Amino acid sequence: MQRLTLTTALVTLALPAWAEGTLNIYNFGLYTPPDLIAKFEKAYDVSVTLTEYDSNETAIAKIEAGGHGFDIVVPSAAVVPIYIEKGLLLKSDPNTMENFKHLAPDWVDVSWDPGRSYTVPYVWGTTGVMVNTDIYKGDINTSDIFLNPPEELKGKINVVPAMNDVIDMAIWSVGGESCTTDREVLKAARDKLVAAKPFWASIDYASFEKFINEDLQASVFWSGAAMRIRAENPGFAYGYPKEGFSLWQDNVAILADAQNMDNAKLFLNFIMDPENAALISTYTGYGNSIQGSEAFMSADLLAAPEMTIPEAAKAVGHFQQTCPPEIQDLYSRIWTDLTK
Amino acid sequence: MDAQAQEIRSDTLRRWGLALPAVTIITLFSILPLVVVVIYSFLAPGDFGGVRWQLSVEGWFSVLFERDIFDDTVTLSDAHLTILGRSVALSLATTVITLILGVPTAWFIATRPARQRAFWLFLITIPFWTNLLVRTIAVQEMIRSEGVFNNLFLSVGLIDAPIQMMFTNFAVLVGMAYVFLPLMVLPVYAAIEKFDFRLAEASYDLYASRLYCLRKVILPLVRPGIIAGSILVFVPSLGAYVTPRIMGGGKSMMLGNLIEMQFGQGRNWPLGAALSLTLTALVLVALVWYTRLTAGKRRG
Repeated sequence: MQRLTLTTALVTLALPAWAEGTLNIYNFGLYTPPDLIAKFEKAYDVSVTLTEYDSNETAIAKIEAGGHGFDIVVPSAAVVPIYIEKGLLLKSDPNTMENFKHLAPDWVDVSWDPGRSYTVPYVWGTTGVMVNTDIYKGDINTSDIFLNPPEELKGKINVVPAMNDVIDMAIWSVGGESCTTDREVLKAARDKLVAAKPFWASIDYASFEKFINEDLQASVFWSGAAMRIRAENPGFAYGYPKEGFSLWQDNVAILADAQNMDNAKLFLNFIMDPENAALISTYTGYGNSIQGSEAFMSADLLAAPEMTIPEAAKAVGHFQQTCPPEIQDLYSRIWTDLTK
Repeated sequence: MDAQAQEIRSDTLRRWGLALPAVTIITLFSILPLVVVVIYSFLAPGDFGGVRWQLSVEGWFSVLFERDIFDDTVTLSDAHLTILGRSVALSLATTVITLILGVPTAWFIATRPARQRAFWLFLITIPFWTNLLVRTIAVQEMIRSEGVFNNLFLSVGLIDAPIQMMFTNFAVLVGMAYVFLPLMVLPVYAAIEKFDFRLAEASYDLYASRLYCLRKVILPLVRPGIIAGSILVFVPSLGAYVTPRIMGGGKSMMLGNLIEMQFGQGRNWPLGAALSLTLTALVLVALVWYTRLTAGKRRG
C-alpha cells in the first residue's frame, strides 16, 4: 500500500514536467516526415505524438466530436472555411511570426484564409492520373485513363474516393465546370462515371504496395504519392489530364481547444523555415510555398515531373473549391449512384 | 393490515431501488442516444455537416425515394434499394454459409470427450484475439491476384491466369463468413452439448432412421442454438462496415458504408440518422422473428 502511494506521488510529480513539452499533431497518413519531427523535438525539447487520418471528413468529424486532445491539424484548402466557420481553429496569426517572411507572396492572400490569420501552407499538389507505362504505352495525360480506359488497363484501375476530385474530373471531361449548377452537365458526368465503373478494380485509398507489386496498374492519384511509387517501381508515371485536373493545398492550423498552444505556434513558425519546408517536400513529394527552400532540395526532386506542372497543362489546372451545400448534395447523390 | 401495506410498499421501493442502476444505464446509454438519432432524422442537414434545427422529413423521404437530379420527378431510390437489397442478400448468404460450416463443426466438438472439447473450443476462439482489421487483411492476402490461392492454382496448372476474386461480392462474402463463423459455432455448440444422446438412442430403438432421428429428435432440440447463431451472424452482417470496405474495394457499398458516407463526404446527417434507424428496424424484424420461433417451440 505504502509502495503504491509512493509510486503515485512520483508519477504525479513527474507529470507536469512531461506535459510542458508535448505536441499532438493530427495529419494525413504517410504525410509527416520523421526527420522533421525528430528535429523539432530536439530543437525545442518537446515530445511529439503523431496521429494520422485518411480524409478531411474523418478529421473534421473527430475534431467536432471533441475530446480528441490534438493541437495541430492539416485541413485542405477547400475545407479550411468550414473549420473556421465552425469555430474549430485558433486565430494564431501566423502572419506575425518570425518566419512568415519566407512565405511566397502568391500564397499569402488566399481565398480560404486571406492574409493567413489561421493557417500556414503545408504542401500543394495536384490530383491527376498515375499509370504503369510498362503496360500502357499510349498518352497518359488524359482522364480517359479511368473514364474510358484502354484495354490493357481494364480491371487494374483504382480510383481514390476523393469524391469532389473524381466528379470534377468527370465534369471537366464533358466540358463543364467544377461546382456547376447545370444539370445536363452533371447528368452527363454521372453517366460517364457509371459507364466506366465496371472497368475499375477498386474505389479505395489503396496502399502503395498494391501498385509497387503491380496488383493495380493505374489510379486517379495525388502527384506526391505517384512520385513515391515511381521511386519504388520506375514503370509508373504521373499524367496531368488535358481535360482538367485539380490543384490543392493542405494547410497547418492550430485547433481552438489545443492544450499545447505555445508549442503549436513554435511548430507553425518552424515549418516556415526554408530548410524544414524542404524536409517536408523531400519526404512527401509535394511542393511547399516557402521561398529559399529550393536550396535544400535535391536537383532530382526539383525537376520531378510530379512537382513541375508542364506549361501546356497549366491552363487546365483548377484550384479545388468548396461547393455550395445544394451542389454538394448533388455530388454526393452522384457518388452514391456510382458506388451503390 | 396496516403493517402488511407498509411491507408491500417498502418491498416495492426496494425493488425499484435495486432496478435503478440498470434503468439508469439503459436510459443513459441506450434510450437517450436513440432519441438523439430519431430527432436528428427529422431535422434539416447543416451546410457543412451537422444539423439545422428545422423540422424536415426530407431525410426519411430520401431513404426510399429520390428526386431526379435532372427533372425533379420523384422515383424510388434505385441506389438505396440496391444497397439495401445487397446488404440483406449478402447477410442471408453469410448466415447460410456459416450454418453449413458451423453446425457440423459444433457437432464435431460437442461429440468429443469432455477433456478434448476445451481444446477445440479454444481453437475456435483464437481468431477473436486478433483485431478484425488484421483478420480481414489476412483473408485478402489469401485471395488477391498474387495471393495464396491464385499462386497455388497457377502452380498446379488449374488456371492459366489469376482469377480476379478481390473487390467482388464474392470477396465480401468470404470475408464476412470467415469473420462471423465463430459466432455461429459457439451457440450451436452450447445447444448440442446440452443434448441428451440417450434420446437419439431411444429413437433408434424405436426404429427411427438416422435422417428421421436428425429431423424429429436432434434438430428440434438444438434449434434454439441454431436460431441464436443465425441471429448473431445476420445482425452484425447487416451493419458490416470494415469487411465490405476492404474486401469490396469501396466499389459496392453495404448499408454500413452508406450510413458512414452521409456523416462524412455526403454531409447529410438526417439521411444518415434515418438510414441508421432503418437498419435498426431491420434488426428488430429479425429479433421479432426469433422470439416468435422460440416462443412457438415452447407452446408446441
